[in-house]
Amino acid sequence: MTRPHHGASDCDFDVVAAVEVSRHYGRRRALAGVTGQWTAGTITGLFGPNGAGKSTLLGVLSTLLRPSGGTVRYGDRDARAWGDILRSRIGVLGHDLFLYPELTARENLIFFGRLYGMAPAHLERSVETALKRAGLAARADDRVGSFSRGMRQRLAAERALLHGPRLVLFDEPFTGLDDASVERMIARLRELREQGAIVLAATHDLEIAEQFVDGGLCLQGGRIVTIPPGPEPLRARYRRAVEEAA
Amino acid sequence: MGVLQAAWLIARKDLTVELRSRELIYTAVFFALSCLLVFAFAFVGERTVVENAPAGILWVTTIFAASLALGRTFERERQADTLRALLLAPIERPSIYLGKLLSLLILLFGIQVVVVPLVGLLFGAPIFRAPLLLGGLLLLGTVGFAAVGTLFAAMLQRASSRDVLLPVVLYPVTLPAILGGMQGTLWVLAAEPNYELARTWLAMLVFFDAVFLTLALWTFAPVTSE
Amino acid sequence: MKDMSGSDRVPTILLSVAGLMLAASPWVIDTAPYEATMGLVQRIFYYHFPIAMTMMVAAIVCGIASAIYVFRRTERADHVAVAAAEMASLFGLLVLITGPLWARKSWGVWWVWDARITSTFIMWMVFNAYLLLRRFGGPGSEVLSAAVGFFGMVLVPFIYWSVNLWRTLHPNTTVVPTLPVSMGIPLYYCWIAFTLLFVGLMVLRARLERSRVLVERAWRAVEE
Repeated sequence: MTRPHHGASDCDFDVVAAVEVSRHYGRRRALAGVTGQWTAGTITGLFGPNGAGKSTLLGVLSTLLRPSGGTVRYGDRDARAWGDILRSRIGVLGHDLFLYPELTARENLIFFGRLYGMAPAHLERSVETALKRAGLAARADDRVGSFSRGMRQRLAAERALLHGPRLVLFDEPFTGLDDASVERMIARLRELREQGAIVLAATHDLEIAEQFVDGGLCLQGGRIVTIPPGPEPLRARYRRAVEEAA
Repeated sequence: MGVLQAAWLIARKDLTVELRSRELIYTAVFFALSCLLVFAFAFVGERTVVENAPAGILWVTTIFAASLALGRTFERERQADTLRALLLAPIERPSIYLGKLLSLLILLFGIQVVVVPLVGLLFGAPIFRAPLLLGGLLLLGTVGFAAVGTLFAAMLQRASSRDVLLPVVLYPVTLPAILGGMQGTLWVLAAEPNYELARTWLAMLVFFDAVFLTLALWTFAPVTSE
Repeated sequence: MKDMSGSDRVPTILLSVAGLMLAASPWVIDTAPYEATMGLVQRIFYYHFPIAMTMMVAAIVCGIASAIYVFRRTERADHVAVAAAEMASLFGLLVLITGPLWARKSWGVWWVWDARITSTFIMWMVFNAYLLLRRFGGPGSEVLSAAVGFFGMVLVPFIYWSVNLWRTLHPNTTVVPTLPVSMGIPLYYCWIAFTLLFVGLMVLRARLERSRVLVERAWRAVEE
């Protein structure tokens, strides 16, 4: 398990636990009593139909959304007790990618790296590695606005991982990726697992997910639905679970 | 990382983006020009400008252009949800506010550099009569408007119908700043200038800016957490 | 739910007393000396002034409750804030209606940009903004409007000071006349009546808001 880099060493945790987390928007209930525990070195797939609460759960875990009820603990403390520094240990790939189209790929990475307080020399090395990993070394100085969805997706994932987060939250990481990129993304996620990250990835691509997840969490209408174990493919079991819950 | 350092990073990022596209400066300046054109029909009669109109023209134009710029700078942060990315960064929240405010102010002063001389030229306002006082009024009035505007625009990013709600919410709250800038400017540019009064308005603006900047810094973190 | 019949009576009593007092107010006002220049219209003042004061109180209550909600997220504070904002908007509207009636008689025009009227107008706009934001801002807009309420309260001295400075430079407008003591009793009488009305409505509205939240909670529970 690699130690976190410089500066972030005062904040670390091996486990993230949600207890009875719920979240609602007015009358709409996005999450209802979700309980779960995720440990370092595991990848958890987050499944469920549209509007099941996957993004909301990721939002709550990323500290961006306050839960309306319940608690989330990072190690032995909750987000409030950790303070701002907790966010330096979390990496989020959002549905909307978090990239400035007017800036180049390199500029985007450097801007966020600095915001995360990375030291210049370390940042420079990390940016080069990230660009290579995203397969964008040749286009590092082109504006992100000119990139295809897949290229942006790859860059956004590397942006989220630039600061070496412990908790990795990916919302639909395979959107717009071609087969080769999907393979690379899976390899990247496995690598994160080796490094001891806590990975949660929301996805609809169950066939892809089946190749790398250690466990799955299925949501339906904001509640956890258990996917039955069995020899069948994940998609079939998932379908059955969702239908039974509905 | 320090608050000011992070704020400067964000402001510099905004300015880089603006320098690349130049969208805001062009649209806002030309919008300001069309405002001036409209005002000409309202306040110019018999070849002379209605008394005391230039101060009002100057400020209303500034405020309109500023609202436009304000909406757009935050719309940019919405495009790829980057405001969320900023909120996710391990920096203190007020630095996001300060960074956005700083870049907005630089943009607004850029607009004023065009608008103020034009008001002098087109409406015969004696803008060089008391340049320091006028500059101070413009600076503090704009800061007051932008200080509240940045907070409200940032928090409205997650509200629906934000485009119409922003001015509805912003204008009444920033009225003392607008009034102070406008009245101060009026007494500088009037046929019989009254610098004493202009300075009184300047003092009010200092006070207003200090109070509302403090309040905005204080409330930014709680209102941007969802 | 716990028995609330005791506290349920409070707004009813307040509103009944306020209603009776207001119903009797014409006779009380009639005891005041007849003001020669203004005639009958002067009597509006006995409503106008207390309503204006009530509006200020509502604004301050809304501001404080909003501040508490912004920093502490206490649900109760939000219920009080929205009730107070609606009161500020309602009483503000009444001030802005009774004001011009006075102005018409006193200055011969329906509207003058008098310092007080202008300030009231601005305050009224701030609390309308609060309500609009809440109404059209979508879910989560409670905090946003609370920020507006909080800023609105802090704004009060700035508005009064700056509008006063702006207007007193134009002496063609008169200030509201100071009253002889004999006019004081009906004035305080009406003030009390309007304050009771305000408190009664506030309590009712805050309770309604609370019920609305409870219904929403129940709704979510049923859906589960």
